[in-house]
Amino acid sequence: MRREIPLGITIFVGFLAIVSFFSPPLEGLGEDFTLFFDIIAVFAFFLGGGNLVRIHATKLIKRKADWVYSIVTLIGFFGMLAAGLLKVGNPGGIAAPVTAPGSLFSTLYFNLNLPLGATMYALLAFYVASASYRAFRAKNREATVLLVAAFVILLGSTPFGTMLTSWIPHSLDILQIPNMAVWTLSAPNLAGQRAIMIGIGLGVVSMSLRLILGIERTYLGDDRG
Amino acid sequence: MGDIRVIIVLLLIGGGLLWLLIRALRGKEVDRRLVFVFILVSVAAPLLLTITFEMKPTPVVQALYDKIENLPAGSKVLLSYDFDPPMAPEVQPMADVVSRHVLARKHKAVFMTLWATGQAQFNITLEEVIHRDFPEARDGVDYVHLGYKAGNEGVLNVIRTDFKKMFPTDVHTVPWDSLPILKRIRSCSDFDLIISLGGGKPGLKEWVLFVGDPTRVPTAGGVTAVVAPMLYPYYPGQMCGLLGGIKGAAEYENYFRDNHPEYAGMETPAMLMMGPQTVAHVVILAFIVIGNVLFVVTRRKEVKR
Repeated sequence: MRREIPLGITIFVGFLAIVSFFSPPLEGLGEDFTLFFDIIAVFAFFLGGGNLVRIHATKLIKRKADWVYSIVTLIGFFGMLAAGLLKVGNPGGIAAPVTAPGSLFSTLYFNLNLPLGATMYALLAFYVASASYRAFRAKNREATVLLVAAFVILLGSTPFGTMLTSWIPHSLDILQIPNMAVWTLSAPNLAGQRAIMIGIGLGVVSMSLRLILGIERTYLGDDRG
Repeated sequence: MGDIRVIIVLLLIGGGLLWLLIRALRGKEVDRRLVFVFILVSVAAPLLLTITFEMKPTPVVQALYDKIENLPAGSKVLLSYDFDPPMAPEVQPMADVVSRHVLARKHKAVFMTLWATGQAQFNITLEEVIHRDFPEARDGVDYVHLGYKAGNEGVLNVIRTDFKKMFPTDVHTVPWDSLPILKRIRSCSDFDLIISLGGGKPGLKEWVLFVGDPTRVPTAGGVTAVVAPMLYPYYPGQMCGLLGGIKGAAEYENYFRDNHPEYAGMETPAMLMMGPQTVAHVVILAFIVIGNVLFVVTRRKEVKR
């Protein structure tokens, strides 16, 4: 029964979702099932939070490698959780939005989370530069095409590209670097992206049918598929 | 004085790169730490010396600007803040300038978010754009913030046909029916334009797939530079405009400021960031050239052996 019940729910809801899309009287039922999904999604927060605490607490207790960072994670997690749940320092009290200006949550968010998040993302610039130096090499024909495309896109996304080729006459403006960058994005890139998307779409349809028809069962822990 | 400092910094960076090129011609590798130093200088110097450039809008950016500009005053625009702090340096400037444009044209702005962090990011727009530039705008009448709802695409599936079912109140727990701005809104079909600002999932792509395309409501947005190429297939059929990365935001800021002189003094963070981006891109390109020179020199030496 541990497998049959979830399988039955998947088949029933899957069919109903498809039928409700094409049948207006059943549209409301489809919406209700979507709401159930949203309720389940909220439980994922508990699951995610619980999992984070379990993993880092275990690491801390067993003094595994880099356990010191787990202390930072746990302090950050419980600190933000307490500030948000209890709405500490919230000028509007418990009924006001959790992000109300002046609240502890807001202060922590704007003074810690925001700059730290932006810094982590900004660090990519250093690694991208180092990787570009090492990886973008004209080793063969394909790598050369990639190299030229990268050159055009990188230059085209800066005013420097405009400055370099602004002397080209209007009749040949396709040769201006910003226009070449736009063409690269809207012609070869577009064709490639569309091919990938159509492939993904067909894959999603086939996987959905396998799930709805009960052929695909790996999500139940059944590796026979 | 400022120009001299800029020229000195650019000469220093250029000279350093030339030195590395000469070393590469002799077959010497560039240490990774040197690459990091060059990137640090090329990003920090333009920021400190405030190097800015005039930007011309590309057609995808111009399309979104024209769409907002040409909607009749009082049109209903839905803006979804679907981003978090790591994306904020790129997306927040877009969110601010697009929101400013929407309110400047006297449209009714309905804000919401599919990301938990989007609610706090909206507070930045509230403080730095709405309260500062539109002190006369009334919450619940000219704009409203509906807040965050968990459920990603599930939320979109519901609001496509019934908005109130998912957002019975605004972020201040004011009931839907008490908000004048929402009087004639039942579903996403009642909006004249939908704008998603983000770069992750759920984001603009999900808005197009789950809402824009089925309801035929014009949909546009702003995304991080790495995501923009993946959204081009939707333009111009299913998407009426796109701001890609900080360049898209800078083009929009420049064009909006030029065409709305009443906001000539507005902050232009994206335009300020174009200086570091331009110098850093040129430095990265120089490193690609140096890398290839080194590759050719090394291969020639190996062939000779």
